[in-house]
Amino acid sequence: MTDATANGKPQMLTTADGKPLKEALKRAQARARRKAFLLVLPLLAFILITFVTPIAQMLHQSVYNEGFVMHEDIGTRTRTPIMTNIKAWFDGNSAGTEPDEAAFAALHQDFLLLRELRAPGQVGTRVNYERGGSRSMFTKAARSAERMEPPYREAFLDVDEEWTDPELWRVMRDASSAYTFNFYLAALDRTKNVDGEIVSVDQNRQIYIKLFTRTLFLSVLITFLTFLLAYPIAHLLATLPLRYSNLLMIFVLLPFWTSLLVRTTSWMVLLQSQGVVNDALVGMGILGDENRLQMMYNQIGTVVAMTHILLPFMVLPLYSVMRPINPSYVRAARSLGATSWTAFRRIYFPQTVPGIGAGALLVFILAVGYYITPALVGGADGQLISNLIAFHMQNSLNWSLAAALAALLLAGILILYWLYDRLIGIDNLKLG
Amino acid sequence: MKLKTVLMATALAGAGFAAQAQEVTVMSWGGAYAKSQVEAYHKPFTAETGIKVNSVDADNPATPIKAQVEAGNVSIDVADVEFSDAVRLCDEGLLEPIDVGILPAAPDGTPATEDFIEGALQDCAVANIVWSTVVAYNSENVEGTPATIADFFDTETFPGKRGLRKSAKATLEMALMGDGVPAAEVYDMLETDEGVDRAFAKLDTIKGDIVWWEAGAQPPQLLADGEVVMSTAYNGRIFNAAVGENQPLEIVWDGQILDFDLFVVPKGAPNLEEAMQFIAFSTDTQRLADQASWISYGPARKSSGDLVGLYSDGKTEMAPHMPTAAKNLENALVNNFEFWVDMDAELNERFNAWLAQ
Repeated sequence: MTDATANGKPQMLTTADGKPLKEALKRAQARARRKAFLLVLPLLAFILITFVTPIAQMLHQSVYNEGFVMHEDIGTRTRTPIMTNIKAWFDGNSAGTEPDEAAFAALHQDFLLLRELRAPGQVGTRVNYERGGSRSMFTKAARSAERMEPPYREAFLDVDEEWTDPELWRVMRDASSAYTFNFYLAALDRTKNVDGEIVSVDQNRQIYIKLFTRTLFLSVLITFLTFLLAYPIAHLLATLPLRYSNLLMIFVLLPFWTSLLVRTTSWMVLLQSQGVVNDALVGMGILGDENRLQMMYNQIGTVVAMTHILLPFMVLPLYSVMRPINPSYVRAARSLGATSWTAFRRIYFPQTVPGIGAGALLVFILAVGYYITPALVGGADGQLISNLIAFHMQNSLNWSLAAALAALLLAGILILYWLYDRLIGIDNLKLG
Repeated sequence: MKLKTVLMATALAGAGFAAQAQEVTVMSWGGAYAKSQVEAYHKPFTAETGIKVNSVDADNPATPIKAQVEAGNVSIDVADVEFSDAVRLCDEGLLEPIDVGILPAAPDGTPATEDFIEGALQDCAVANIVWSTVVAYNSENVEGTPATIADFFDTETFPGKRGLRKSAKATLEMALMGDGVPAAEVYDMLETDEGVDRAFAKLDTIKGDIVWWEAGAQPPQLLADGEVVMSTAYNGRIFNAAVGENQPLEIVWDGQILDFDLFVVPKGAPNLEEAMQFIAFSTDTQRLADQASWISYGPARKSSGDLVGLYSDGKTEMAPHMPTAAKNLENALVNNFEFWVDMDAELNERFNAWLAQ
C-alpha cells in the first residue's frame, strides 16, 4: 500500500476475484440497464408503433402526394411510374413556358398508359385538389386517347378547350413532383398564381385561418370556464370530511364515466329550441313562444357541451393538489392579520398553481382537438378545425390537405407547450 | 364402425359450420332505408342461399371505402352509394368491376341491360333505386301550405327554421331553383361563377334560419320535434315517418332532385363471390318491387314498376308516393353526376368557407 502511494500511482481497487472494481461495477450497471431497458421495451415498441410512426406518416403525407407520378395496383401492389413523358417535358422547359406540340404529344403518350392502368381518375383527382373541374378533363381525354391523332394540341383542345389553360399547366407542373408544399399553402388559405407566386385565395374561399383562430379562441374560453367552475368544486371536495367528499366525488366521476355521445345528446335535449330549458322558460312566462333562445347548433352549444364534458379534467388535478394543502398555513396567515382575501391570494392560491397548470393544459389540449361534440351541436359557426380535418379525411378524401392541417395544429400545440414551459415551467405541473 | 360414425359426425358438423360461416357484409344508410333493404333483400337472400347478411350503417357509405381499400383492410363486401360517388370511386380504381352478365333478365325475358333505366348500369355499379331530395314540412307547425321550392326560401310567408343537408350537393341546386331558375338550366348556370354566386346569395337570405343535418334519419326527427318547420330530406324517409309513423309530414315535389343509389363492391372485398351473388339477387325484378313496398323509392328496373303495389301496412297505394310518378316530375331535376364528380371538391370547399363565415 505504502509502496504504491510512494510511486505516485493510486493502487487500483479490485474485487475479490482480482478484476478491477470499476469495470466490474460498470458491467453490473450495464446489466441492470439492459434489464430495465427490456422492461420498458414493450412500452417503447407500443409508442413507436401507435404514436411516433403514425405522426411521421402524417407529416410525410402532408408534403408528399404521388397521385400524379405513381400508380399502384391495389390487387397486386405493383407500382408503375406514370406521366413520365410530361415530367420530362417539364424538366426541359422552365415554368411559364407555353405548352407546345411536343408537350401535348408527351401528354398523349402518358394518357395511353393511364388508360391501360385505369388511372386517369387518380391523376385527375390530384390535379382537381388545386384546380376544380379538372377531373373530367383527364377522364374524358383518357377515353379518347386511343383515337387521337397528331397534331395532338388540336386533338386535346377538341376534347376540352381548357387544355391550354396556364393555370392547369402550373398545377400539373407542381404535381409532377411528388414532394410539394402546396398543401400547406392551401391549409393557410394561400395558393400559387400562374407565375408561381404565392397569393391569398379568394375572399369567399378563405376558411382555415379563421377556423384555427376560432379553435384557439374557443379552447381558451372553455379552459377558462372549466377553471371557474372547477376551482370551487375542487376546493369543496378537498376540504369536506372524507365521507361527504367521496360521495360528491362520485357526482364528478359519474359523468366522466358516461359515454361522450350520451352526454352530448343530453345537452341537445336540454338546449334545443323545443328543448327542456326553452320549454321551462316559456312555461314560466319568462320567454314568449316566438322568442325561444337559440342555444344549440351554434357556438353556444359547442361551448356549453364541451365545458361540461371537459370539466372533470380540471376538477381532478385541482383536487389532487388541494387535498394535501395544510389548512394551518391559511390559519396562520389569518392569525397574523391577513384578510381572508389576502390569505387566499397569497397563501392558498399559489399552492394550487401546479394543479391549475395541469388542468388547464389537459383541458386546452383536449379542446383544441375536439371533434365529435362540435360536429353534433356546433351547427355552422360552432365548427372547429378538427371538423374540417375530418371532412377532408372522410368526404373530400384529400388526405394530404388533412395531414397538412393536422400538422399545423400539432405545431401550434407544440409552440404553446414550449411557451407554457418557458413562462410557468413544466416541472410545476402536477397531475395527481 | 364406431370410429367411422364419429368421423362422419365431425365431417357433417364441419360442413355445417362452413356453410354457416358464409356471409356477406352490406353497408347502407341506416334508418328506414336500411330496414327496407333488410326486409326486401337481406332476409330473402339468406332464406334462399343460407348466406348470412351483416347490415352496417354509415352517414354516407362511400366515405369508408377509400380508407378501407387504400389501407388494404376491407371489411365491406357491398356498399350502397350515390351516383357521383360510384363513378368517382370506379375511376380511381377502388371498386371491382361488375359483369352485367350476372344480372338476371326480366320475367318476360328482356335482358337486364335493357330492363334497367338508362344510366343505372355502370362499369362498377348496379343501381337499385331512384330516390330524391325533396322539401318536406310539418303541416302542424307551418302556417299555410308551401307548394313550391321558392316557398322553402320564403321565410316571411312561412316563418320558422329550415333544415338543410350540410353539403353543397343538392343544396346549391335547390337554391337556384328557389330563386326561379328552371330545372333544365340549373347545371348550366352552376358551371359559371355567377351561377354559384347567385346560389350562395340565395342561401344567404335564410342562413340565420338553417339547421344543418348530416344523417338521412335526422330531418324527419327535426320536423317531428318542431325544431324546424321545413327541411330538405330524402323522400322515402318522409314517407315512412308520415305513413308508417303517422307524423303530420308533407312533401313538396316541386324542385325535387332525383338520383340513383347503386350497389358497388370495394376492391379486395373479403367475400367477393357472395357479394356478386347478393347484388344479382337483390336487383332482380321482384326484389326491387318488394323494396318499394317498404319505402317510397322507385325501382331501377322498368319491369319492377308494374309489380309495385301496396305499402307494408297493406292499404297505402305506393305509386303516387314514388318520386318517379308523373305528377311529381313536373318540375324535377335529375342529379348531374358528372358535374358533381368534377366540382364536388371545389364547391364543397367554398360551401365550407361560406358556412364558417
